[in-house]
Amino acid sequence: MTDQIEYEVVVGLEVHAQLLTQTKLFCGDSISFGAEPNTHVSPITLGHPGTLPKINRKAIEFAVKMGLACHCDIEKQNYFARKNYFYPDLPKGYQVTQHTTPVCKGGFIKIRTGNTEKKIRLNRIHLEEDAGKSLHDVDPQNTCIDYNRAGTPLIEIVSEPEIRSGEEAFAFLTEIRKLVRYLEICDGNMEEGSLRCDANVSVRKKGDTALGTKVEVKNLNSIRHVKKAIESESKRLIDILEQGGIVVQQTRSFDADTGMTFATRDKEDADDYRYFPEPDLTPFHLKDDFIEKILHSIPALPEERIKRYTSELQLSEYDAAVLTEEKAFSDYFEKIVATGPPSPTGEARPDDPVGRGSGVRLPKAAANWMLGPVRSWLNENNKEINSFPISPVQLAALIELVNSGQLSFSAAATKLFSQLLANPSKDPGQIAFEQNLIQESDALVLARLVDKVLATHADKVIAYKNGKKGLLSLFVGEVMKLSKGNADPSMTTELLSEKLKS
Amino acid sequence: MFVFSSIEQYHAQLQEGNITCVQAVEHYLQRIHLTKHLNAFIEVYAAEALQKAKNLDEKRKLGEPPPGKLHGVVIGLKDVICYKDHAISASSKILNARFPTDDGTNGRGFTSIYSATVVERLLAAEAIIIGNLNCDEFAMGSSNENSAYGNVLNALDETRVPGGSSGGSAVAVQAGLCMISLGSDTGGSVRQPADFCGIIGLKPTYGRVSRYGLIAYASSFDQVGIFGNNIPDIATLLEVIAGPDEFDSTVSQKENPPYSLELSNDQPFRFAYFNEALDHPGVDREIAFFIKKYIEDLKIKGHEVKPVAFDWFDYIVPAYYVLTTAEASSNLSRYDGVKYGYKTPMPNLELTEFYKQTRSAGFGKEVKRRIMLGTFVLSSGYYNAYFTRAQKVRKLLSEKIQLIFRDFDFILLPTSPFTAFKAGEKLHDPIAMYLADIYTVMANLVGIPAISLPLFKHSNGMPFSLQVMANHFNELSLLQISNRLVQQ
Repeated sequence: MTDQIEYEVVVGLEVHAQLLTQTKLFCGDSISFGAEPNTHVSPITLGHPGTLPKINRKAIEFAVKMGLACHCDIEKQNYFARKNYFYPDLPKGYQVTQHTTPVCKGGFIKIRTGNTEKKIRLNRIHLEEDAGKSLHDVDPQNTCIDYNRAGTPLIEIVSEPEIRSGEEAFAFLTEIRKLVRYLEICDGNMEEGSLRCDANVSVRKKGDTALGTKVEVKNLNSIRHVKKAIESESKRLIDILEQGGIVVQQTRSFDADTGMTFATRDKEDADDYRYFPEPDLTPFHLKDDFIEKILHSIPALPEERIKRYTSELQLSEYDAAVLTEEKAFSDYFEKIVATGPPSPTGEARPDDPVGRGSGVRLPKAAANWMLGPVRSWLNENNKEINSFPISPVQLAALIELVNSGQLSFSAAATKLFSQLLANPSKDPGQIAFEQNLIQESDALVLARLVDKVLATHADKVIAYKNGKKGLLSLFVGEVMKLSKGNADPSMTTELLSEKLKS
Repeated sequence: MFVFSSIEQYHAQLQEGNITCVQAVEHYLQRIHLTKHLNAFIEVYAAEALQKAKNLDEKRKLGEPPPGKLHGVVIGLKDVICYKDHAISASSKILNARFPTDDGTNGRGFTSIYSATVVERLLAAEAIIIGNLNCDEFAMGSSNENSAYGNVLNALDETRVPGGSSGGSAVAVQAGLCMISLGSDTGGSVRQPADFCGIIGLKPTYGRVSRYGLIAYASSFDQVGIFGNNIPDIATLLEVIAGPDEFDSTVSQKENPPYSLELSNDQPFRFAYFNEALDHPGVDREIAFFIKKYIEDLKIKGHEVKPVAFDWFDYIVPAYYVLTTAEASSNLSRYDGVKYGYKTPMPNLELTEFYKQTRSAGFGKEVKRRIMLGTFVLSSGYYNAYFTRAQKVRKLLSEKIQLIFRDFDFILLPTSPFTAFKAGEKLHDPIAMYLADIYTVMANLVGIPAISLPLFKHSNGMPFSLQVMANHFNELSLLQISNRLVQQ
């Protein structure tokens, strides 16, 4: 593979994210995915004569939110421009876009591939309106157009050409998807088109500073496709150069079936979009307190959470990364942890020696439960954490039963967990009691306490074994103390005598 | 017999019971019928207007609630102002301008599915909308000779044009076919036809009146304007239609004063005028002479009237046409035959060809000329030479005008360099036609309010006007001085 030694792949991504506002960017039509075609179409959406746009403040807020999360500079003096072109799904014959003055400039997104971390710088994030949808497969004779989507607010996130492989593109998009979902500004669904991506791909000899001729690859419907398309396209470009050919600036489309791209048009017949300031909208000015307010509304993002999970909660990198993939999942986990002791490391409280801290630490136990039984259940049932029937408080109670030794992990995972799923309103302890799950483990708990007492008083055990039988009452007292007086004294005495015999 | 002189007097007559709204509407319907050849109206809402009049008469009899500000006022709308469930076409075939069919009825045109904000406000004030009025296609023209419905005739001399683009609206008031009418003014389309027809025409400040529902020609210039016979009527109408609108973000949030109640003001004012305008080779000598004389009279009456050096007249018409055609080329892109309006009957065309056929056949010559001009000045390679420079002219002009308003209350100009010309006279010379706008485009470039006052009569028998301009949102003082000038 001389290719990979000699050539460098250069990729810039343009990512469009549909914003989850209640209404469209410039009118009061509600946004509703999957609605009957052409049911969310006011005269404004349809571009009827005489209609005018009116800016949706929420969309600006969402764009700024994304910009702040990506460390961008926020532009305070903003205006929209018109991008003029004809297409049936573009009702006005122009798209209203911030193309000329993006609301967010610069910034970066951190990605991780293998063990290396890399900052991909952003060129910009700007607001624009979506077009309608042309449906080519509804009618054999005609193209049908659904204008429901027309006017939906989009942000376009444009990276600098700093992505060097399909793998990096995959990581970049994964990160964007994660971010928009954390910020709750886009559902991040690439298959349904609420997150869309075009890739500008070029190749150059390693060490060259000038960029090679780029090819724009469209129709990438999943993060995996983006990776594949970049890999096959860069290989095609390298092959052209290797054979002494010249790369033509083109727009190409990705065919998911073949994994290859094909040309859709050459750049020579590129449109002149005749951008000019949109006269129907006044420029909008962002005030410092508006930006400040948005900044404060941003939740802890994955990077920050991972840092906290690995340091304060002492989880592994892997656990932390998986837990933070989805905000709701991570929030759920944090709610379990919050039921535990205030000490972030989950150390046992002095007044609660048999509590959660005595077994596995709660954060670790919670992580195990989240990544084990909870995730399996969600996968099996194809559900999101938001529709998981057990509340974090209940799950915490269940974990506590295990941690305190009243219940074995396997009994909890196989029996109590499914019982709780079936009766999500019930108290886990009560179910355990009713199902006789706890009885058996009473002895277990006691056994554990006895072991602990004997282990901490090893010298006295030797003394006892050497004849000081009166020490038995001391051991019993210690066990009683540990159990906060809950241990049955006769059972404790019996168990202690048993153990001390061996 | 019904005679209209002012809204105030009409309302007094209605209160006294000397007249009814139905009688007023019947009067106008008859007048419209008698003057059909003027071609001012496109469609007359006869049955609807009569029914509305009847309802208002009944309501008045009951006495409650009190009548609206425009109770029973009979109004015509330029064919660029949307009225829900009524056909609208901007006098263009591309919106299926309706021509009479063989059985005498009109073919079906594009029907608006919503009402313009100004229409909503007229209706809420109990106005009676009697019909929509002929104009130049998409409000592009200075003679009303660019209409799919044909020319409108000047009622004072039918061989002459009524001016444009709101020619139908001007003639409707001039010929007594309604009490007051609405037009639109992008570069003089209200003031110039008012001048040619001898009536009053007001263009408010850009941002004073909502443009929602006004079919766009050039968005940053367009403004709804008012035609009337007297200042109090115009003030009352402005009061009703102006003010903030949640559907138009370019409308100012400024307070909209009750103009009609505050029209008297006897203080002396400060007027600026431009010798460069009055001595311009393009201006009719008689017009220049009378206006200069008028300026002297104003001084005698105690006003401060001074010339201000202004050498911009060679730039403002070109800058205006570069910017308005640029915006128009984009504004008119929506007429593509896909969603509504005219669509080429040719079957099985490839998409680009479909657009070409539809738009070539749907738009008239002048509109196509301006779309092409606008597309050109925005195209890469020419953008900076034309669009950017014209924007610069606009900005510098605004600064210059602001400087003038630091020392003066009003600027005086002729409305038009000549009186109403003969039909066909300038049709084949677009540059000469564009120069007709030389004194009116300034107010649109800067966004200030301007009014055309029919104070003079030319020896050729035609009227001509003095144009008065005030600073942004100074409609009140503009109407005050206008009221004094027309009464002198």
